[in-house]
Amino acid sequence: MTLATTSGPFTHKANSVQKVMTTVLLALLPATAFDIYLFGWPALFLFIVTIASCVAVEAVCVSYADRPAKVSLSDNSAVLTGWLMAASLPPWSPWWIGLLGAIFAIALAKHAFGGLGQNVFNPAMVGRTVLLVSFPVIMTSWVLPHPLFSAGAPSFADAIAITFGGHMPDTVSAASALGYVKTELSRGIPVTQSMAQVAQVPDLMDMALGYRAGSMGETSAILILFGGLFLLYKRIISWHIPVGVMATLFLMGTIFHLVDPARFTTGQFHLMSGATFLGAFFIATDYVTSPVSKTGQLIFAAGVGLLAWLIRTFAGYPEGMAFAVLLMNGLTPIIDQYTRPRVFGRSRTGEPLPLTKEKP
Amino acid sequence: MKLFQVRGGIHPDYRKEGTSEKPIVSMPLPTALYIPLQQHIGAPAEALVAEGALVKKGQMIARSQGAVSAPQHAATSGRISAIAQIPAPHPSGLSQLTIILEPDGKDEWVELPPPIADPFTVDAHTIHLRVAESGIVGMGGAAFPSAVKLTLGTQKKLDTLLLNGAECEPYLTCDDRLMREYADEVIDGARIMAHALGAPRVLIAIEQNKPDAIAIMTKAAASIAAVEVVSVPVQYPMGSERHLVQAVTGRETPARKLTADLGVVVHNVATARAVHHAVRFGRPLISRIVTVSGGAIRDPNNVEAAIGTKVSDLVEFCGGFSVRPERLVNGGPMMGQPLPSLDVPVVKGMSGILGLTADEINDSPTNPCIRCGTCVTICPCGLSPVDMSSFIRKDNLESAAKLGVMDCVSCGSCSWVCPSHIPLVHYFNYAKGMLNDLDREKRKNDRVKTLVEAHMIRIEKAAEAKKAALAAKKSATAASPAATEPHPASPAPTAEEKVNA
Repeated sequence: MTLATTSGPFTHKANSVQKVMTTVLLALLPATAFDIYLFGWPALFLFIVTIASCVAVEAVCVSYADRPAKVSLSDNSAVLTGWLMAASLPPWSPWWIGLLGAIFAIALAKHAFGGLGQNVFNPAMVGRTVLLVSFPVIMTSWVLPHPLFSAGAPSFADAIAITFGGHMPDTVSAASALGYVKTELSRGIPVTQSMAQVAQVPDLMDMALGYRAGSMGETSAILILFGGLFLLYKRIISWHIPVGVMATLFLMGTIFHLVDPARFTTGQFHLMSGATFLGAFFIATDYVTSPVSKTGQLIFAAGVGLLAWLIRTFAGYPEGMAFAVLLMNGLTPIIDQYTRPRVFGRSRTGEPLPLTKEKP
Repeated sequence: MKLFQVRGGIHPDYRKEGTSEKPIVSMPLPTALYIPLQQHIGAPAEALVAEGALVKKGQMIARSQGAVSAPQHAATSGRISAIAQIPAPHPSGLSQLTIILEPDGKDEWVELPPPIADPFTVDAHTIHLRVAESGIVGMGGAAFPSAVKLTLGTQKKLDTLLLNGAECEPYLTCDDRLMREYADEVIDGARIMAHALGAPRVLIAIEQNKPDAIAIMTKAAASIAAVEVVSVPVQYPMGSERHLVQAVTGRETPARKLTADLGVVVHNVATARAVHHAVRFGRPLISRIVTVSGGAIRDPNNVEAAIGTKVSDLVEFCGGFSVRPERLVNGGPMMGQPLPSLDVPVVKGMSGILGLTADEINDSPTNPCIRCGTCVTICPCGLSPVDMSSFIRKDNLESAAKLGVMDCVSCGSCSWVCPSHIPLVHYFNYAKGMLNDLDREKRKNDRVKTLVEAHMIRIEKAAEAKKAALAAKKSATAASPAATEPHPASPAPTAEEKVNA
């Protein structure tokens, strides 16, 4: 019998950090499994290497901080970071991309800030972004789908050569839809024309289903949506961030496309391409690095959507989701400070409400 | 009736089914009753009996002391065997002065005050006096002397008596059973209280998870125009006074004000029944209904027990423990207090005794906060527990106070929902205690400072007066050496200065 004096409550919801993380992993599974199937053995190898590296780096950092490694590892947060980073990598990248990313994500972005819950920036996106600016060629080497066991798919031995031997076959690379449109635009070819090149750019339906070039976990908007809805159903996330991100992106895309169709791609294209779905449902919704109040989450989400659109449209990079999330992560503390709910019985400024019998 | 939205809240596992269908049973008198002098908020009562005295059932054995206090009565006839320090039902486990009564088995009533035949024709003061002398305190758990709360009508214009039958705490069913079995008594007591308060309307709020109580109470209130039963949504903490007032009337009580400032006074349903007994029969508060429940209790039940019954006897009456309880709780599992042992008496504010197993508590070691924000979403007070707790962890109480930690009602919703099992309420209770201490200290210092300043000014004035007098004397002496003047005495130190010294 516990006699230690403590405050209530003496009953708790059946909930834990581990349960939260595991549910998110479960939600990611369909989209990632599909992409591993789509890109074959090299994707699976990179996926395993990235997650294993994250777990290993987590173990080292936690032991270095004299905290029980078993407890920290059992919460599955390192697995989730690894998974999300792997999902944002080109599937045929070499093994050391996963390892290096893990070091930046876990050691630099997470543990240098104090570990779980203390980091300002989304670890997976820090990892991905450092890799992107350091190794731009590898990080934009997309491959066309090579489904497992299909003709032309790399065999197990080929895959080992691709992932661990650095033998990237240069015949299979393809541009992502966002990258293709951007490159064409820089050559003076209007968006209307480049988007019409269905031979190069998969149509929107293919993009939604996921049968396209892209990162290892982001190609299938439908399967990601399925996972996102599962998270909503499980109340792990609320609608505010995903809807906010996608609505802003869609709105910006649509408005500017209407203004100048030759210069700007459509709202649907923005929604279906790149990391929009993965970013909106799984990256921007990261608890630690997003605001805690619902109002704050809406502001944060609108910021992510707007920045992603700006970067995709005007900046040097074709994809802007990771940058947008990181930039808004930096604003999260200040958003939190200005979006605290109104305290019961007090005005927004913290003064007690005036005494009236009417509803305030 | 139109209801209003209340912010946040949670839906815990209510686990009321263990006792909700068990009729109230009266517990036989134990071999000894332990009646603490303090069972309420305010000053402890003063014993009126000495060791060895023979008392009768309903006899006042301790009288109230001061403006906020309540008397105690003997729950049966017998002999006072001692007045001693006995552990109180308080988390500290500290002892307090307690009258120990050995029943003589005769259960003989004392001559009670006469019933007030028609309470609606007497003035409010008569009812206040009767409620005060009957030792009635808030039976929902707060144990604030009810008579004091009934005088609010003399200071403020009230329009509603809101009777709290929400019983939003998990496990507890004592109010549910009370309403189902004694609906007429509750409603009569409520009408008497409304009369004493000068409130024309009585609303009885019951959570929707008590359909039988709602049906029975509605039926009992059907013929009385001024009384209305309101079924409120199942949303913890609906029974919190301010939140219930908001849900039912839409009025949001300003910080640091009372619901009475908005014209509403809230009383618990069991208090209403006690008032009915006091006014209609002159019977003081000598027993109460306690829900004895939890996974470790062999035969959970709603027990009407004499005030002063040892909790160990109460648990024994319910079959004892089937397994070792991980935690004993006085009250509900959300806002109840941990009980240091079973060796404490049943008091007037004790709504439940829970013997909880580890599975029911479902606590686990604290993990780092992952900023999920659920505590912000569900806080019924609109606070940000995540931010307040991180300030309090660093002992930055000032920042926590700025975020409103003093507005926290300790409902426990944040701790209940936290995936990292952070004892948030524990942090907030700590901060509230420390801030109260700091505030007291500051006020004391401020007072000392003003007194010292006033003292210095007086000394200076006296010195000046002395100097002036001396100068005047000198000049007078120079003019006429025979002249004598009374020596200006320095003013006698005031009481304040003496205190200060």
